[in-house]
Amino acid sequence: MIAIKLAYRNLVGAGLRTWLNVIVLAFVLFMIIWHYGILDGWNEQANRDMKAWEVGNGQYWQENYDPYDFFTLEESHAKIPEALKKATNDGIVTPILINQGSIYPEGRIQSMLLKGITPDQNVIVLPSEELNVESEEIPVIIGRRMAKSCKLQEGDVTTIRWRDINGTFDATEVKIVKVFNCDVPNVDQGQIWIHIEKLQEMMQAYGEATMFIIGEDFEMNETVSGWEYKDFDFLMTEMNEMMKMKKVGGSFMYVILMLLAMLAIFDTQVLSIFRRQKEIGTYIAMGMTRAQVVSLFTVEGAMHAILAVIFIGIFGTPLLIWLMSIGMTMPAGSDDMGIAIAETIYPVYGAGLIIGTSLLIFVITLIVSYLPARKISKMKPTDAIKGKIQ
Amino acid sequence: MKTLITILLLTGSCLIQAQNPTGKEILEKIDKNMASKSTISTSKMIIHGARQIRTIEAKSWGIGDEKSFTEYLAPAREKGTKMLKLEDELWIYSPGSDRIIKISGHMLKQSLMGSDLSYEDMMDNVKLLEDYDAVVIGSELIDERDCWIVELQAKTAEVNYQIRKIWVDKVRYIPLKEELYAKSGKLLKRTELSNITRIGNRWYPKKIVFKDMLKKGDGTEFIIDEIEFDKEIDEYIFTKASLK
Repeated sequence: MIAIKLAYRNLVGAGLRTWLNVIVLAFVLFMIIWHYGILDGWNEQANRDMKAWEVGNGQYWQENYDPYDFFTLEESHAKIPEALKKATNDGIVTPILINQGSIYPEGRIQSMLLKGITPDQNVIVLPSEELNVESEEIPVIIGRRMAKSCKLQEGDVTTIRWRDINGTFDATEVKIVKVFNCDVPNVDQGQIWIHIEKLQEMMQAYGEATMFIIGEDFEMNETVSGWEYKDFDFLMTEMNEMMKMKKVGGSFMYVILMLLAMLAIFDTQVLSIFRRQKEIGTYIAMGMTRAQVVSLFTVEGAMHAILAVIFIGIFGTPLLIWLMSIGMTMPAGSDDMGIAIAETIYPVYGAGLIIGTSLLIFVITLIVSYLPARKISKMKPTDAIKGKIQ
Repeated sequence: MKTLITILLLTGSCLIQAQNPTGKEILEKIDKNMASKSTISTSKMIIHGARQIRTIEAKSWGIGDEKSFTEYLAPAREKGTKMLKLEDELWIYSPGSDRIIKISGHMLKQSLMGSDLSYEDMMDNVKLLEDYDAVVIGSELIDERDCWIVELQAKTAEVNYQIRKIWVDKVRYIPLKEELYAKSGKLLKRTELSNITRIGNRWYPKKIVFKDMLKKGDGTEFIIDEIEFDKEIDEYIFTKASLK
């Protein structure tokens, strides 16, 4: 306790030198909390949006379906299985039929996926109800990325070409009845959404689907022959892996920042021990053991981290809360990279993040403070009290 | 006199009607004229892209419709690329990667070197007589040549194009134009054949223009510089070993 009191007095007495160290440490702490908060916020938003727009609570894939290999689409459709018929009729799961095709906006050819969905489904938030409109051409909906890449807008009519399951070419005009805005490129880029029954007719694949998206309240333990169940965690694997990579990537910067901050603490400690030899000698002469003096200097150094946490608590908290309220606007085009990312990301600061980061900085500071303080244990008290350089 | 002329015209018309070949006969005559045991040709493919025009030169060896081997000669980027087709299978050798790749499945739908043709179009071994019902639906002048218009409706569902129309020269029995339609009746592709030249005992088009009708642009021209028919070709050339 005496060591803590003494350490605090010594630190405050050092004035600007202490506060500079504290500010540097506080800056590092702030940067780590803010950046990890952004990544956690992004992860949370991506999980929420992907669940709402794309993956639902899991999916059933036709056994040949591989979303990374479009060449499998030709064989990856089958009749809706009996086991899923009731859930489909109850609207708990929604079937999706997928086919490859080409779109010809303004005479340019572009490959795309045709995705059939039930207009009245409520499993995902895709505005499929827009497909219910009466139109001379086939009504379709597309995302804003697809609209941008094809230079299409609501009301435009364009030609699409596809093959039915026999391989015969067909083509027709479609009308863009809705351009929807969503943060999940997987339901937007390079695809158009169409009434599933229309697509089944176009493909001559009546009553067939490529996959099912599972909604809330779906419970089924039996396996469905010819269909593979993919749970939510599996469907989010790619996103979670990417977030892990981002965190690892970001940590390199913090290692450098931490090194700089720790260098400052280390230098301060070395300077203190060098300049305060008489004081060290006096402590020992007055009965303190070498270990107690080492502890005093270590605590003094580590107290920089405690002051930094208090500093962040007073000045950083309002700033972090303000940043959480305004979010971080992502640069234009970020969402074209194929990952779920909102225009603005709102950071999320969990207790684990704040406590963990503060503890990490404290422990590192403690170690860095202890290393130069070890020299005290080798000092001769008589020489120290005379101020002799050792 | 007038009566005589009328009688002659009517009789002539009836005779011509009687002589009108059926769609099937026209297709058989085209086959007879165009088919050969083997061909060796050098050709140019001129691809009219949105920004530039590319010319690709090639030499090809072929036996019937089943076997063909093509070596690309120019431009430098494509030089050395070789393509081997054996019935329904296609392999490509790329000197850049020094690898032989089999083109199959949906890869066949990819564009052939950026042209309006897909690998599949090139592979098209469609047996018109077997897969389609042919009906003569009229006649029309193309490049001042009188042509039959033959409409082909697919007999089965397993064909690329449900409807085809072919304009066939009434005298030379050579197609001068072909249109390929979607099931919905939408025109998808048009092929125009011109520069019809007498080679030996047959007429042959030395210029073919392929056009994807849904796409903007001037299509892809295929110009045959030289062609020889029924020459002996070493069987070795139609093996994968000849690709490298």
